[in-house]
Amino acid sequence: MRLWIWTNPVHTYKFIAHNSLKAPHSVLMKLTARPGRWLIILPPLLFLLVFFLIPFAFAFKISFAEVAARVPPFTDILSSSPGRGLQLTLSPSNYQYLFTDEVYGYAYLYSLRTAFFSTLICLGLGYPMAYAIARASKSTQNILLLIIILPFWTSFLLRVYALEGIIRDNGMLNTVLLHLGVIHHPLHIMRTSLAVYLGIIYSYLPFMVLPLFATLEKLDATLLEAAADLGSPPWRTFIDVTLPLSIPGVIAGSMLVFIPAVGEFVIPSLLGGPDNLMIGRVLWDEFFGNHDWPVASAVAIAFLVLLAGPIAIYQYYNVKQLEP
Amino acid sequence: MEKRHSPLLLSILCLGIALLYVPILTLIAYSFNASPLVNVWGGFSTMWYAELIHNRQLLGAALLSLEVAVTASTVAVVLGTLAAIALVRFARFPGRLLLTGMVNAPLVMPEIITGITQLLLFVSMLQMFSWPHRGFTTIVLSHVAFCTAYATITVQSRLQSADRSLEEAAMDLGSGPARAFIEITLPIIAPALLSSWLLSFTLSLDDLVISSFVSGPGASTLPMVIYSKVKLGVSPDINALASLIIIGVGVCVIAAGYLMRRAQRQRELETKFP
Repeated sequence: MRLWIWTNPVHTYKFIAHNSLKAPHSVLMKLTARPGRWLIILPPLLFLLVFFLIPFAFAFKISFAEVAARVPPFTDILSSSPGRGLQLTLSPSNYQYLFTDEVYGYAYLYSLRTAFFSTLICLGLGYPMAYAIARASKSTQNILLLIIILPFWTSFLLRVYALEGIIRDNGMLNTVLLHLGVIHHPLHIMRTSLAVYLGIIYSYLPFMVLPLFATLEKLDATLLEAAADLGSPPWRTFIDVTLPLSIPGVIAGSMLVFIPAVGEFVIPSLLGGPDNLMIGRVLWDEFFGNHDWPVASAVAIAFLVLLAGPIAIYQYYNVKQLEP
Repeated sequence: MEKRHSPLLLSILCLGIALLYVPILTLIAYSFNASPLVNVWGGFSTMWYAELIHNRQLLGAALLSLEVAVTASTVAVVLGTLAAIALVRFARFPGRLLLTGMVNAPLVMPEIITGITQLLLFVSMLQMFSWPHRGFTTIVLSHVAFCTAYATITVQSRLQSADRSLEEAAMDLGSGPARAFIEITLPIIAPALLSSWLLSFTLSLDDLVISSFVSGPGASTLPMVIYSKVKLGVSPDINALASLIIIGVGVCVIAAGYLMRRAQRQRELETKFP
């Protein structure tokens, strides 16, 4: 889910990083007590229930069906035949297939590994960036934040395409390096793992920087001064004070990079080669190439189970901070 | 925290910013390249821009994308504002945890999973109710779902920090809660409504994966057309189109940010010196 930028990002990221809801004012209890509040609650609740949550139930159901030459291209798991009543046919074969064909295991592991190392590199690059921005003066800070946020607003697909223009064999990077005499043969970056890494880091870096900035910016400067007054060298202060206090930002930023990166489709499809099989690509090919909807559903459900841990951490973190 | 910057920090910051901007700037520069070869500079030309006007496929897709984005973001802002009011103002109600979860999950849910699950829903609904047919309607419905999540978060954060004393004063003076909200708080959160609309609009305009799953024959959005062209390699007219979109969005975002900032300052001044 591609990114979001709003005009007051600092505010919003602070909010995402430290989602704290204050106890409701008693005056508002008046409003709360009215049955009319359901007019406010129900429309978004029902819409998201029907169009976001319930679809998972359908995917789960269809993952137990079998592929069939009809419209839609799968069998009914519930069938009624005269004399035998309603019959439930659950076929676990799609899930068995995921274990027998090594493509799936390979793709899951490759996706997790790629997302994990991309997240680490984003953290290594994004932390110093966020730190430098947090220490800048207020006016510089606003300009730097705008610079970080602006790419968010521009199309994700077009940015991946722009990166291709840099790293392709006859792209900007090779042209410049050849011209300077640094290299004598063009570097082959396109269609390799390196291209996929570059793509993910390039696309997701702002997601890492903004939550980190939000935590670093509100760090209490007096703590740092106290540590310095007590004789702590700057690197010790960083390790003992700054780093532990910025952990919420590290977690928020890492989850915002890691989870979407595991399921990335556009980057491996446009920049990666045939070996860079990420699970998003496998799912896409299963669906659009093989037209095997039940197997594609099983891949999606298995994928969701795999992501349940990270998503639960992210959600727990948000919800915990939300409940008074 | 104003301190001297270490050269290391500054160079990493510059490196990061260069990483974000060099590809985009190169793309814009090459869109003015007269040569169709991507690595040869053939002089300045706007020919690729002129060619866009005659590309009916791209124009049709752009029109569909705009219609989808305007419809989806408008509905999403309404639903998102309602959800934000519910989450910020109502401390306890059945389904609160569910709503919180459904608002936060789309932010991290891989699009490919959302796309396939929603398609399966639409297909099953079509079997049961003969509605909706895959195309404009299904794309809008799926876009509203993820845009609502983003809109809720944006409005929620603004609503939470909005000063409640004015609204309370209005209620003390006899105004009903609904009226107090509409007359006092709504104008205060208006900038957040505008930014959540803009955000939803750009997210919808940009979406490739979900649209590809839920769309039907004949309904290709702009990202779908761009993707199929880009898959075949770099092409100069896509460079021109991409530059137009990037520059257009950039100008709108900066202008909207500037206007909102000015409006906010104005309001702060008025509150201080009425």
